[in-house]
Amino acid sequence: MVTPNTELTYNTKIEGDIVVTRVDAVINWLRSNSVWPMPMGLACCAIELMASASSRFDIARFGSEVFRFSPRQADCMIVAGTVTYKMAPHVRRIYDQMAEPKWVIAMGACASSGGMYRSYATLQGVDKIIPVDVYISGCPPRPEALLDALIKLQDKVTRNGGTTKQLLSA
Amino acid sequence: MSATATAGPASESELLAVLQGAFPAVAVRPTGDHPAFKLPVAEVPAALKLLRSQSGFDFLTDITAVDWDVEASPRFSVVWHLYSTTRLGYVRIVADCLSDTEPTAPSVVALWAGANWHERETFDLMGIRFTDHPDLRRILMWDGYPFHPLRKDFPLAGIETPLPDLEVGEITGATVKPAPMMGGPFVASTGEMNLTEAEPRAKDESWHERSEKPATL
Ligand code: SF4
Repeated sequence: MVTPNTELTYNTKIEGDIVVTRVDAVINWLRSNSVWPMPMGLACCAIELMASASSRFDIARFGSEVFRFSPRQADCMIVAGTVTYKMAPHVRRIYDQMAEPKWVIAMGACASSGGMYRSYATLQGVDKIIPVDVYISGCPPRPEALLDALIKLQDKVTRNGGTTKQLLSA
Repeated sequence: MSATATAGPASESELLAVLQGAFPAVAVRPTGDHPAFKLPVAEVPAALKLLRSQSGFDFLTDITAVDWDVEASPRFSVVWHLYSTTRLGYVRIVADCLSDTEPTAPSVVALWAGANWHERETFDLMGIRFTDHPDLRRILMWDGYPFHPLRKDFPLAGIETPLPDLEVGEITGATVKPAPMMGGPFVASTGEMNLTEAEPRAKDESWHERSEKPATL
C-alpha cells in the first residue's frame, strides 16, 4: 500500500539531515550569492554605484556589499564611468589581476559604448578591452538598475553548466 | 602691496600707462569684457611681473592659447588672464607665437607656481612649448601621444594610434580609434521640457560613418 506523499517541503524527521543536489548547483548558488564587486569608479556613474551600497538601496540584500579595492579579492568588476584611452590599459591590468571566476558589469552609457563622449580621448565601450557580462543603460543608471543587473548576473552564474568540471580541470 | 590707491578694477587707460612706460610695443586689444593688451611674446613675463607689483594683479587665473587657423600666420597666440584680489578686476594679455610650426612662449612658473599645470595643459592640447618650464610633460593625454588635440587640424573624432600600453594593445587588439560621430557632434537642446527630446543628439542625422555626408551640404 503506497500512500501519496503530500509533503511539499523537505521533512528532516522523515528523510534525515540530508539534501540531495548536484555539486554544480551548490557551487553556482554559493558564487551567485556572494559576488564581491571591484568598484571601477571612473566618473559620475560611480556616485550611483556608491548609492547602491548605501542603506537606501542596500546591495547587501544580494550578497554584494563587500566592495573590494583589491582585484585579488573581487569577483565582479563594475565599470562605472567614462573609460578614457589613458585609463583603459589600467582597467585591463586590474581585470587581469582578478582571480577566476570573474565577471564584468558595464554600468552606464559611457562604459557600455563611450556614451556621449564621441571624442579622441574616450574608449568607445569597455568591451573593446575586457569581456562584459551585463550592460546597463542610462546616464547614469539608477541604483535599482544596477541591482537589476546584479540579479541578471546571478542568473547567469546559476545557469553556468559544468562548473565542477571547470574547477577540476583548472 | 603697492597697488594704486584708486578703488575698483583698473581701467584700460590706467593699465596702458603702466605698461607703456616699460614696454613701448604694447597695443590695446579689442575686447568685450576686461582690459586686454597685446605684447611681443618675449616681454610677457616681465610685463606680468610689472602688473603684479604695480597694479595689484596678484592672481594668475588662466593660461591658454588660440589656434587661429591652419593657414593663418601668426597661427598661435598665448593668452594670460590675471586677477586682482584687492581691486577685483581682470586683465588679459595676449601674445602671438613667433613660429607657426614650433610655437614657443616663455614660462611664468617663476612668478606663479600655479602656472605649472596651466602651461602643461596648453602644451598638451595646443602644442605650445614653454621655455624654462621645470617639467613640461603632457598632463591630460598620455606621454608619447603624438598629437595636440585642440589644434584646428585635429579632428574631434581623433586619429588612430596604438593604446598607451603596447602590451595591453597586443593582448586586446584594441587601438585608439576615431570615435563614430554619426552625424555629430552631439548637442543637447536646452529649454526642452521633454527629456527624451532634450537628450544630446546630432543636429544633422542624415549622414553617418556608413552613409557619407552629401557633398551639397
Ligand atoms: S554614463 Fe553618464 S553618468 Fe555615467 S559616467 Fe557616463 S556621463 Fe557619467
